[in-house]
Amino acid sequence: MNPAAVEQLRAGNPRAVARALSAVERGGQDARAVIAAIFRHTGRAHIIGVTGAPGTGKSTLVNEIAKHYRRRGVRVGIVAIDPTSPFSGGAILGDRLRMQDLSGDSGVFIRSMATRGSLGGLAAATSDAVKVLDAAGFASVLVETVGAGQNEVEIAQNAHTTIVVEAPGMGDDIQAIKAGIMEIADLLIVNKADRDEVSATVAALEMNLNLKPKAENDWRPPVLKTIATTGEGVADAVEWIGKHRAYLEANCLLQARERTRFRAELEMVVQRELMARLLRGVNGTKIETLIEQIAARELDIYTAAETLIG
Amino acid sequence: MADRPIRVLVAKPGLDGHDRGAKVVARALRDAGMEVIYTGIRQTPEMIAEAALQEDVDVVGLSILSGAHRDLFPRIVEQLKQKQLEDVLLVCGGIIPDDDIPVVKRMGFAGVFGPGTSTQDIAVFIREQVARKRGAAVA
Repeated sequence: MNPAAVEQLRAGNPRAVARALSAVERGGQDARAVIAAIFRHTGRAHIIGVTGAPGTGKSTLVNEIAKHYRRRGVRVGIVAIDPTSPFSGGAILGDRLRMQDLSGDSGVFIRSMATRGSLGGLAAATSDAVKVLDAAGFASVLVETVGAGQNEVEIAQNAHTTIVVEAPGMGDDIQAIKAGIMEIADLLIVNKADRDEVSATVAALEMNLNLKPKAENDWRPPVLKTIATTGEGVADAVEWIGKHRAYLEANCLLQARERTRFRAELEMVVQRELMARLLRGVNGTKIETLIEQIAARELDIYTAAETLIG
Repeated sequence: MADRPIRVLVAKPGLDGHDRGAKVVARALRDAGMEVIYTGIRQTPEMIAEAALQEDVDVVGLSILSGAHRDLFPRIVEQLKQKQLEDVLLVCGGIIPDDDIPVVKRMGFAGVFGPGTSTQDIAVFIREQVARKRGAAVA
């Protein structure tokens, strides 16, 4: 990436930002060139993850949260992720549909991403995409995960503040104490709070939080109610995002979280790179032969892997 | 450089609310392995160009049934040009009278797909055109 392009990106030029996002999505050399050029300009944005089951109102909520930040003059970047079809490799990216209030505002940049085979609720390039938006001067970066089930918890590692969105009537109090997605919430939002059963859902979530003995200085996630379609409750949610940020800063947790994230990213990149280098040195027929041997039960998978690594 | 999936923006400019056709095409392109950014109905020319820019799409596909294409399409083409997106492949479908097809093509729409077009033909057309554009960009 040439210095002029980096300058354009840092100035928030939408075309430069869009191109850089495409490059990190392509991965490989293209991604590496962009990240190497911009990395030292990152680290300023507050990264906010929004996750939850499909249809709970994540996109609409992101739209409303972004509007709040815009009223305060904060520039907002949004990465919205939807799943790639395991069969065709195609995807329908429909999150923008709920974010039309933000169009025509040059202080907002929305990018839709497909998971392209990655599990965990994010796309492989999500953390790099966030870096691009960070370097481009978007002070708040909202990351909307795919409609998540119980175990798509990757977002927690990529965000400073993670919001888990629920809708009323999504399950009983045992659902609320299960491991996984409920554990990663810094804020719990019960959206569609104009529906029946909202108080039961709030009560179940509160009960779960109360089951955990509270250590001093622990962050206790607030359970908030919103109606994203009208904007009700969103101001309160934005307030709590700010409180969480202040809590992280006061307890030096921003740095700690960042280090955890960088460790995971480093491991991932090393893994990916080693794998790529290894496979470059192996011809395809060797792998096919091994698979045949495995299928014939002549070789087990561990031994086959050993012969590949050498 | 690995080839990325073809990215297509599917939008409905103007005021008609009939989006079934656009959804059928979006779904078909998904099944053809493309990433479809679906923004739905009542899109202004400005919204369409902004989304095309931010999403860095290869293709913009417009569906229109209201008859306003003669008015809206040139404004969309102009908006795309202002954002230096002349490279983007333009296709459209919906109700475009036969007499208007050459007019629309002169505006810059490479493909005009009326009712009854097989979705597979649309996918094949897009794939061929994008491959050509990408080839030209490399050369």
